This record gives sequence, C-alpha cells and structure tokens, in this order.
Amino acid sequence: MTTQILIAGFGGQGVLFAGKCLAYEGLFENKQVSWLPSYGPEMRGGTANCSVILSDDPVGSPIVSNPDVLLAMNLPSLDKYEAATVPGGKIVVDSTLIDRKVERTDLQAYYIPATKLAASLGTPTLANMIMLGKMIKETGVVDFDNATEAMKKVVSAKRADLLEANIKALKTGFDYEG
Amino acid sequence: MSEKVLMKGNEAIAEAAIKAGCMHYFGYPITPQTEIAAYMAKRMPKIGGTFLQAESEVSAINMVYGVASAGYRVMTSSSSPGVSLKQEGISYIAGADLPALIVNVQRGGPGLGGIQPSQSDYFQATKGGGHGDYHLIVLAPASVQEMADLTVKAFDLADKYRMPAMLLADGTMGQMMEPVEIPEVEARAVDHSWAVRGTNCEREHNIVNSLYLKPEILEQTNFERFERYRQIEENECMYESFMMEDAEYCVVAFGIAARVSKNAVVAARKAGIKVGLIRPITLWPFPKKALAKAAQKVKGFLSVELSMGQMIEDVRLAIDCKKPVQLCNRTGGMIVTPEEVLSSIEKLAKENA
Repeated sequence: MTTQILIAGFGGQGVLFAGKCLAYEGLFENKQVSWLPSYGPEMRGGTANCSVILSDDPVGSPIVSNPDVLLAMNLPSLDKYEAATVPGGKIVVDSTLIDRKVERTDLQAYYIPATKLAASLGTPTLANMIMLGKMIKETGVVDFDNATEAMKKVVSAKRADLLEANIKALKTGFDYEG
Repeated sequence: MSEKVLMKGNEAIAEAAIKAGCMHYFGYPITPQTEIAAYMAKRMPKIGGTFLQAESEVSAINMVYGVASAGYRVMTSSSSPGVSLKQEGISYIAGADLPALIVNVQRGGPGLGGIQPSQSDYFQATKGGGHGDYHLIVLAPASVQEMADLTVKAFDLADKYRMPAMLLADGTMGQMMEPVEIPEVEARAVDHSWAVRGTNCEREHNIVNSLYLKPEILEQTNFERFERYRQIEENECMYESFMMEDAEYCVVAFGIAARVSKNAVVAARKAGIKVGLIRPITLWPFPKKALAKAAQKVKGFLSVELSMGQMIEDVRLAIDCKKPVQLCNRTGGMIVTPEEVLSSIEKLAKENA
C-alpha cells in the first residue's frame, strides 16, 4: 500500500510543515516515508508545495506528479493539480480561500473552511493543521492518536507552547462535520 | 543503534561528516546545498570545530587543501557552478595526494544554469574535472540514508588511498527528507606520518606539494598514483542490482534517476517485460565488471540520466559496445518521470526483441 500526497498552497501557509508532520506520523507507524519540497525561488505569498509518500514498501521516486490525495490550500493549487489527481483519489479543499467546487466527478472532494476555523480558534496560522486533520479523517492514512504523538517530535522543544495549539487545530479538522 | 529521524539529505551529510570526525568545514552558500553550510555553522562551534564561510569557492577549496595537508578530516560542499570554481584546488589536492571530501549537490547547467536537480556534472566528477592526470573517488547516493553512509565511506576511502573523494548528489537528494539513522563511527587508526603538523625538531620536515619540475619524477609520481587507482578499480566498486536475476534488459541509473527508474522497472515487470536495474553507487570506479557480466545475457541497456547523456559513454565502454545502449534523459533541472522511463524500456524491448 502506497499513498502519494501532495500539499499545495501559498508560501507562509505551513505547507512544508504540514508535510513534515505527516511524514513523521508515517515514521511513527514504521512506514517508509519521503518528503520533498518544491524549492524554487519561493517566498511568502508565492506558491509552495510538497510531496509526501507513505508506503509499506521502500519509496521509489519521491516526486508526486499524480497524487492519491491532494490538499489544496489555495485556488491556484486546485487549478494546477485537480487534473493530475488520480481517478478515485481524494481532494481536500480549504473552502475559505477557494470559492469553487472540484469539477472532477471520478474522485472524492471534501470541503472545510480551514482558514476560518483557524481564525476562530485564535490561531490563524494553523489552517494547515486543520486541513491535515480533515485529511487524516477522510483517508485513514495514519492513525489520529499517532498523529498527535508524532506532533511532539515535530514541534521543537523551544516552541512547546505551540504544541497544544497544533494538536487542537489537528483535532478541529479531524472532528469537523460539514 | 540510534533512533531514526527525519532529515534533509543535506543535513544528513553534515551530521554524518561530524560523526566521521570531520571537524573542519569551509564553504560558500549556493542553492540547493546551503543546508550543509547552515548545519555546520550551527554545530561546529559547539563541538570545537571550524566552520568558515570563505569569500569564494576558490578560497574554500584552498582552505581544505591546507587542513588536508595537516592530515585532518576536512570537507567543502557546493553546487555545480561553485564546484567548477573549486576545480583548480581539487587538482592540487589530487596532485599532492591528500584526502578530503568535496560534496556536489548538482543543479542544472551549464553556466549559472538553474537551481533544480541535475546530474550533468557526471563528466566533471568522474573524468578528473581539473587539469592533469587524476581521478576522484565518486560516490552517488540515492537516499538520505546513503547521503549519511556514503559520507562516512568517502572519508574512509579518501584516507585509505590518500586522495580526494567526491559525493555526487543532486538537488532532490539534498532537499528531500527521509528517515535516517546517523551511523556511529568508530575512530580508525590512520597513518599521518606524511602530514605537516610540526616536527618538534625531532624529524625531517614533511613537504606537501604538487610541483615536480623534473618530468621523469612527475611521470613516475603519476605512474604510482595510477597504480593506486588500479587497486581502487579492483577493490572498491559498489553497485546495487535490482531484479537482474532473469533480466533480458538492463536499466543503468544512479541517484535520483535510479529512484525514478525503479518505479518504471516494477511497472515494466507487471507489463511482462523482464527488465532489471544496475545502480552504480561508485561512479568512479565505475562498476564495469557488473555491466560486462550483464551484457552476456541481456539484449540491451537503457541509460537513464538527468543530463544530455554522459554516463552512457561509460556504459558503452564497460560492455565494449557488445549490446545496444539507449538513452532516456531530461536535463536543465527537469526530472524524468517513471512513465517516460517505462516507455523507453518498452521501446528498447520492442527494438531488441
């Protein structure tokens, strides 16, 4: 079983960090994992994406061109990667920032107002964790309890104060019904 | 055994180098290898080592030359344009028979090129690169774990044969994260009787130099160096063989191209094509014998590279052109896809049924 995940959005939305959390969650479950960022001349406000692969077998190419799961955190990302997503795949859309629906009918789309939910939690920068929580709920690609454990590895000791907020955002996404 | 952690390939190189006893790093920032310098800048002061950002790549490699002369483990790292700048110094280090590690996290070229991954410095790395008759030991990692393991290996081989070694990676390998276990390295006894560390007035001076004005002596020095190279070619070839047991076709690829090719080999097997992969881990010495042996039973080879076709020449030489060798490539920072490699395998199989 191999799941290829693409997380895409603006620089500054925590796209790479969300991917890193996911990769650590995979590692925590003894899966084979790879994480590859786009590393062009990206900057805050520009586009950013990262490829994460979770697998039971050694990972071949770490580049995700046709994702099984797409996390679209802005409209340009949905426009760019919707067509590339595999038939039967899943797309999670931040409906606060993306005002259109997924046009493909051969895959599952999930809508969550992640940016709005993050703001209402008082942590507007954690829409990425809300998206990740929703994705974990809909795909089961990692176990939610492991996800929170893995988070402790990713949030550095120096920023331990942010651990709770990250876990809360993750859970908000996971529990979201809508 | 230490715990597996997620690290970028660049960071894994840096930490493994420190574990291998490298206490001196000289470099200059350039994408996509800057994390190596950043990591060293953070770590070296804490362990009493040297991190120095030189004013240029030319300076950095000559600082490496200096520390290597004193017989201490030392390294520099850069990406393609920066490694071109280092070539004069690398030739001097080879000419002075000194161990050192040079890391090249390749990007697209020529010229300033781009910042995306490439393998187009293959010729430069494996054929010498600077002036004069010499080789580097060239290791090509294909995972973050190998970024760490081959860094340690490169230092060991450099010490063993008293010559510079190069780790030839690419932007993908440098930037990607995978679980890695940083190896614990035991200190090895290395003969440093040649090093310039001061005599305490107890012995004759050692001299480290690459200047030989008498041609007879320079020729003899080169002969002796090439005798060592012959031993390395005999003893130090490393490669991975994947699905080659019953293979009728052989893909040859290293680094990130080998990762992509593995996906294609698995897909081709599912489509009924008996294909395997030989992944050179040492690019110099090139695993000629493994390829020559494969040539006895396969019908054709496919060289998969992120260049206009450089390693393909070594593949043809290794098999004495006994079988057809085709090329599947992207360049300039573009990466071959598994689909492209698969269709090249299908073409090879169709044309050499």
